[in-house]
Amino acid sequence: MLKVSINTCLGQFCLDCAFDVPKTGVTAIFGRSGSGKTSLINHIAGLRSAEAGLIQLHGRELYNSETGIYLPPEKRNIGYVFQEPRLFPHYSVRENLLYGVRNKSDSELFQLIIQLLAIETLLDRRPTTLSGGEKQRVAIGRALLTEPDLLLMDEPLASLDLPRKKELLPYLSRLSKEFEIPILYVTHSLDEIIQLADHMILLDQGKITQSGKVEKIWGCEEMRPWLEGDSRSSLLTGEVKQHHKEYPMTSIVLDANTSLWMPKLDLSPGQQVRLRIRANDVSLTRKMPESSSIRNILPGRISSMKIDANQQIEVNLKLGDNQLWSHITAWAKDDLALQEDDQVFVQIKGISLTKDDWIDL
Amino acid sequence: MFLSEYELSALILSLKVSVTSVVISIPLAVIIAWLLARKNFPGKTLLDGIVHLPLVLPPVVIGYLLLISFGRQGWIGKPLYELTGLSFSFSWQGAALAAAIVSFPLMVRAIRLAIEAVDIKLEQAARTLGASPWRVFMTITLPLTMPGILTGTVLGFARSLGEFGATITFVSNIPEVTRTIPLAMYSFIETPGAEAEAARLCIIAVVIALSSLLLSEWLTRATRHKLGAPHA
Repeated sequence: MLKVSINTCLGQFCLDCAFDVPKTGVTAIFGRSGSGKTSLINHIAGLRSAEAGLIQLHGRELYNSETGIYLPPEKRNIGYVFQEPRLFPHYSVRENLLYGVRNKSDSELFQLIIQLLAIETLLDRRPTTLSGGEKQRVAIGRALLTEPDLLLMDEPLASLDLPRKKELLPYLSRLSKEFEIPILYVTHSLDEIIQLADHMILLDQGKITQSGKVEKIWGCEEMRPWLEGDSRSSLLTGEVKQHHKEYPMTSIVLDANTSLWMPKLDLSPGQQVRLRIRANDVSLTRKMPESSSIRNILPGRISSMKIDANQQIEVNLKLGDNQLWSHITAWAKDDLALQEDDQVFVQIKGISLTKDDWIDL
Repeated sequence: MFLSEYELSALILSLKVSVTSVVISIPLAVIIAWLLARKNFPGKTLLDGIVHLPLVLPPVVIGYLLLISFGRQGWIGKPLYELTGLSFSFSWQGAALAAAIVSFPLMVRAIRLAIEAVDIKLEQAARTLGASPWRVFMTITLPLTMPGILTGTVLGFARSLGEFGATITFVSNIPEVTRTIPLAMYSFIETPGAEAEAARLCIIAVVIALSSLLLSEWLTRATRHKLGAPHA
């Protein structure tokens, strides 16, 4: 586990945060530009020194301002994938990959990584001849081959165009499953978070405003600037229960009393999935509709209502153990005379699958 | 042989002086250039100034300073001679020392520019891959600085070949000991009726200078290619 507490100022900007990162899985660090995301992981990597704080990785102290411990980056055993690939131009891809390998005779890991990242055919090329996505894959492989205790990734997709991003994302999500190392992933892309991250830390002006499971943070107030009104959505995790016998539909269990139907998933029962439901696809009724084309109609309770920038209403609902956002018009709210704590029926029209935890992509 | 014995002796002496001058200067120039490019320390501006001084001082001043410090009676030269038996005054080693000092700023400038052009981000990446600062320097900084070191070496070599003022002041103009090509030319020009000999030496100087420039261009291209520059 990684334990971090840092308190330092550079000019006007101060970084003041403390958090723990779980042993496995991807923890996303999310925030606006200039919120201190990169600066934070540079401290963890040892590329920057803080005024006060403590950094502990698997019980090993990397930095402790009280005892004066400050390990240089090469002694921290932390892998770092930068925004730009930073490949060494005078070395071949193979030499780049092997640069940080301590035990050069261990070819098993080498083979595994080059296959996973699909860079077998690039080994004898020079970095300048690679495409952006290929370069970044080599950079990821190079960091993994040092067998780090922690992998830091600073917006590894940010410098790539959209097709390249799509090309690289599956590798990243496979990576987090295959290697049991914690990954700290700096990003300002919500899409990357829902596809990759298990936990997230919300950073604002050098301070942590929220941290925890992605599903929990997704619905919280601090995410409002990114997820307001039309772009509001909910993240839920569930388990595949069964496939419909006649129709191409799959049932997903959210908790003991709640399950949803969605278009058929090519997954077997028992597999974990993460679902994204847009608030605009969730409507509310007072009475249970007798006949409706919508398959998912569930009882829920209104926990809170807020007016968004367009004078529409964002309704936060309690659905079994889960929270769900619905986006309705103010007119509908008045018509139905909706109030907090009211029992309603929730109709869910569209569900999309964003991340599955088990299957190989 | 189409060169006279006299010309050959001047040519060999010139090459010996210049090669010695750059070979002993390179390691020190790389260290100083790296310090100036990468480190901040008290007295950096002063060091920068001292390194560049030979570039702006009249060569005769450098020769004079060398004479009073490294001469047989100088405050460095005297103890050095007593300890090691090495004497710079009126010897080819003295000419090499003068050439080294005069060409040093040119080498440092070229190498420093090349080091500054090496992306610190690459050095950081190497550190996170477990490389010590020394390994980073040897495997990343130095190889990527190679074109600059080559340029610096050629500049230094050319400057050493042409050194005149400091040399004649410090080690005088002794045939077969300190009479390099420029000094030999000077002697011919001073001698009435030796214009043809002077012209021959002039051609030799041009040929050496031109070949070293071509060699450096070729080497730079070869290293750039090796450093992974895209095919031009």
